[in-house]
Amino acid sequence: MTDRPSAPARRAYWQGLRDGGPFLLIIGPFGMVFGVVATEAGLSVVQTLAFSVAVIAGAAQLTALQLMTENAPTVIVLLTALAVNARMAMYSASLTPHLGAAPLWQRAVVAYLMVDQAYATAYLRFEREPGMSVGAKLGYYLGVITLVAPCWYLGTLAGALLGEAIPPSIPISAAVPITFLALVGPMLRTLAHVVAALVSVVGTLALGFLPYSLGLLAAAVLAMMAGAAVETRVARWREGAR
Amino acid sequence: MSDALIWTVIALLAVGTFGLRFSFLGLIGNRPLPEWLLRHLRYTAVAVIPGLMAPRVLTLDPATGLPDPALLAAVALTLTIGLWTRNAVWAMLGGVTMLVVSVLV
Repeated sequence: MTDRPSAPARRAYWQGLRDGGPFLLIIGPFGMVFGVVATEAGLSVVQTLAFSVAVIAGAAQLTALQLMTENAPTVIVLLTALAVNARMAMYSASLTPHLGAAPLWQRAVVAYLMVDQAYATAYLRFEREPGMSVGAKLGYYLGVITLVAPCWYLGTLAGALLGEAIPPSIPISAAVPITFLALVGPMLRTLAHVVAALVSVVGTLALGFLPYSLGLLAAAVLAMMAGAAVETRVARWREGAR
Repeated sequence: MSDALIWTVIALLAVGTFGLRFSFLGLIGNRPLPEWLLRHLRYTAVAVIPGLMAPRVLTLDPATGLPDPALLAAVALTLTIGLWTRNAVWAMLGGVTMLVVSVLV
């Protein structure tokens, strides 16, 4: 690794910055929602901001807050919120073939900044351009997150400071699925990807009765197995057809 | 909620979440993963994100017993544009526009 980023890494960084930009439309308002909910639950402005900076995971933060206001035992609060975040370990594994060669401290930075949108945006790009160097991949990832993470912090702070001045009629939370699913469409490149996505949806709904979002994790494992199985079948079928 | 409790939850959740995020990336690093595992990991994103969002999109309105039609329409448009253009940004802008229009109408 050289001290200065290479030209492709810098180009990748700017491309990442552009690709991450549209998420600000959602991340900022979503951060405000957390800020409002947290201060209403009794957290100070400093605690609310610290929560977002230290954890950067909206769904888990809201889950923890909800359970804390219900006076759930602290162990349950932690386990449930961590179960909501367990998908991050899967993201971590799937980024390893792409970024595993980077120095340890850079991998630690990527780990701290691992959020759904950045992961999915970067993964989509890495799959599309298999020729990218590790430096370019890292640059792209950091580009995507450069505006997203500060926007999450600032949104939280704004929500905590403004509090109830924000009208509740604005349906910000409804826009969250849009930002996630916008990434899914371009990912459905092969039959295997489509099957995996369908198993994920049906599996999560069918296993919704399991506590601590374990249904999501179980469905994800099934969906990955389904995708891998279809990929193998299709490859074998193509071999046979040749 | 006491201050001590709040800070404890924030600190432990931060450490635990970082541990999950760092796990494979940090500990495996550059060591090669077996082919069968790589084949499964290729589907991580499509195996997690649709399931993560499905309950939100399909939450039934207690009044009608049906999912929110405005959200369903916006999701359908988002997926269609995404599949068609292969561009996440256009998909997002299309979906959000649809949502805003349906709120205003």
